[in-house]
Amino acid sequence: MTQIQINIHSKTYPAVGQAGHHLAIANLNLSFKTGEFVCLVGPSGCGKTTLLNIIAGLDTDYEGEILVGQQYTHPQIGYIFQNPRLLPWRTVRENIELALEKHQSPAIIDPMLEVMQLTQAQNVYPERLSLGMSRRVAIIRGFAIEPDVLLMDEPFVSLDAPTARQVRELLLKLWQQRPHTVLFVTHDLREAIALADRLIFLSAAPMAVISEIIVPVPRAERHNEDAIEAFRQQLLNEYSEIKQLL
Amino acid sequence: MPGLSFLVFLAIWQGLAVYLNSNTLPTPEKVAVVFWQGCVSGQLLFHLGVTLLRLVVSFSIAMLLGCAIGIVLGRNKKLDAFFDNWLVIFLNIPALVTIILCYVWFGLVESAAILAVVINKLPNVIVTIREGTRTLDQDLLDMAHCYHFGRRKTLVHVIWPQLHPFVMGATRSGLALIWKIILVVELLGRSNGMGYQLHLFFQLFDVAGILAYTIAFVSVIQLIELMILKPLDKKSQRWRR
Repeated sequence: MTQIQINIHSKTYPAVGQAGHHLAIANLNLSFKTGEFVCLVGPSGCGKTTLLNIIAGLDTDYEGEILVGQQYTHPQIGYIFQNPRLLPWRTVRENIELALEKHQSPAIIDPMLEVMQLTQAQNVYPERLSLGMSRRVAIIRGFAIEPDVLLMDEPFVSLDAPTARQVRELLLKLWQQRPHTVLFVTHDLREAIALADRLIFLSAAPMAVISEIIVPVPRAERHNEDAIEAFRQQLLNEYSEIKQLL
Repeated sequence: MPGLSFLVFLAIWQGLAVYLNSNTLPTPEKVAVVFWQGCVSGQLLFHLGVTLLRLVVSFSIAMLLGCAIGIVLGRNKKLDAFFDNWLVIFLNIPALVTIILCYVWFGLVESAAILAVVINKLPNVIVTIREGTRTLDQDLLDMAHCYHFGRRKTLVHVIWPQLHPFVMGATRSGLALIWKIILVVELLGRSNGMGYQLHLFFQLFDVAGILAYTIAFVSVIQLIELMILKPLDKKSQRWRR
């Protein structure tokens, strides 16, 4: 079942000073199924964050349409930003509770805190957390609202490799318990293969789809670095356009 | 150390007063006696109370209105551009002019006195809060929008904590400014309050009375700082490392 349909005819940034106007996205058509984990892979500056901001409703200055299901007038969107964007004056738990809808019980947070290994830290203020922990809090906040779509904008960037790997595994654990549709933006192909059901490769600006590939590596083998590396090499050998992109 | 410095201050005052031996500089002891008599007779407490009531009312109105207008101007560039000149004009009108005009236009009544104080303080609060609002973190506001915080939640949990240092700044400078203006307002057009009393003492050349009332007022402002503002600061900043 198609849950989200994205048709963006154009997204342009107006001219600033000497620089002329900038066409960020042109004729981009994407669709996503319910519960699908999709990684959007593209070079830096290709407009991935712009795309997520449009889907999230933060950027309304574009031509086109975003359809989330047929029945949703106000889709519930969880957004896990590049930096965690936690309120420094509220504790970990308060940060998550604030995002909840009125009808949701705060108790639903507890099992997620446990999966993300944050139960001990729930009453701590964000300034005392490591970056990896802050990212995990932001992930819980995204899942807690039971979103129709969960947007993730390179949430593991600037984490060291072991921490990124740990958070990635915790994310997958949480997602398998709560399989929401996820759009995950990254420029790291290994990360994308480890996480996604489907990869969508995007060109430099103006952004367009280069190719879409289903990841054949079984979920059970995703923790195996060799299996991921083997598929990565296969992709780079078979698709020259992807090699150029990365 | 603060105790020692206070004692040194008193010693210098005492020394000067004894050396000059003049009615225009009474000794600390004489001032203390006047202060005590004022307390016992109830005179000092009555006039202090009246002035404090005016301070609380005008301060509350100025802060509430100033915060609301400041936030709106800080978030809305068009309105800000429109009202910017008005603000500069009101910031620069001398306090004495607004006080006289209020009394002339509305009569020597309580509401005119309060209005004069509010008009004097309001532009200060607006400018301070407007500058604070301009520095709000757009990333956090976007987050709040995305997670459907709504207006009330966004104001209480996202905007207000960021404005807190600016509000405290406006509060402290506001208290200091307002009570000085209130005395002038009372001196010119009221028949009670600290300003009225000081005016009487001036006509009688009663310096001990002037100093006794001044000490009473400064002590109250110090108490407000220690009992209300400092604890508030501490509570709201507890999240900082």
